[in-house]
Amino acid sequence: MAKMGNYLNTMSLEFASLLENVGLARIAVATFASQAELTIDDLEEVKVAVSEAVTNAIIHGYQQARDRTVSVKAQIDAENLLVIVEDTGIGISDLEKAMEPAYSTDPERMGLGFVFMKTFMNDLKVETQPGQGTKVFMTRWLPVRAGEALPQS
Amino acid sequence: MEVLLEELEGVLVARVSGELDAQNAAEFRQKLEHGLLKSGALNLVLDLARVSFIDSSGLGVILGRYKELKPRGGKVLIAEARPKVLRILELSGLFKLVEVCSSVEVAEEKAAGRAY
Repeated sequence: MAKMGNYLNTMSLEFASLLENVGLARIAVATFASQAELTIDDLEEVKVAVSEAVTNAIIHGYQQARDRTVSVKAQIDAENLLVIVEDTGIGISDLEKAMEPAYSTDPERMGLGFVFMKTFMNDLKVETQPGQGTKVFMTRWLPVRAGEALPQS
Repeated sequence: MEVLLEELEGVLVARVSGELDAQNAAEFRQKLEHGLLKSGALNLVLDLARVSFIDSSGLGVILGRYKELKPRGGKVLIAEARPKVLRILELSGLFKLVEVCSSVEVAEEKAAGRAY
């Protein structure tokens, strides 16, 4: 695989807030990220994190409205893969609470989206403004940087 | 995403293939619920050999079935899950609730109460 050096590659994807597009986001980011020196296992983990963030944007941010837009951006530099998932939905009023694993009142939902994002990426940052939207920044260290390993499978 | 159902005595075996995410969670749930209702089975075996992806939405459907069956004395067993699927199951804590088996045959035996 090519050495990235300081070369920056970026992608930007926007799509309608349909759950049908979650898979598209996963495969787009995984394909983009595959040019960096991540293993197949790493890419599978990135896919889960992306899936959770995009699902959150659609289900929570937009309350499943189908006519809104979700944005997924990614960039690679020498040491990191950064993925940014953004919506202009309702935002998160209590971010700390939202980040905790929760068994929600809906028995079918596990409240594990943020937990999985934190587990499968090296860094997670959320910017949110109630009534305006949410922007999730997820960073995965590339092997050259990953002196501190993620949990081993 | 496809779900093929087989009714054994007291056990519903669901052979699932594809990706289990938010897009098809509702369909996944409906098919399992319908199968459980129709068969009257209390025990559910999920053959996940052909599941290539699962996230918390897919897990939620499994958890939901566990929550329905457990109070009635039933159980949920997972069979032949791929390593990355097992990893997600483990991280979610579902490992503590559902039984993980390496083969569908073993899962069927355990579901039927003929555990060895």
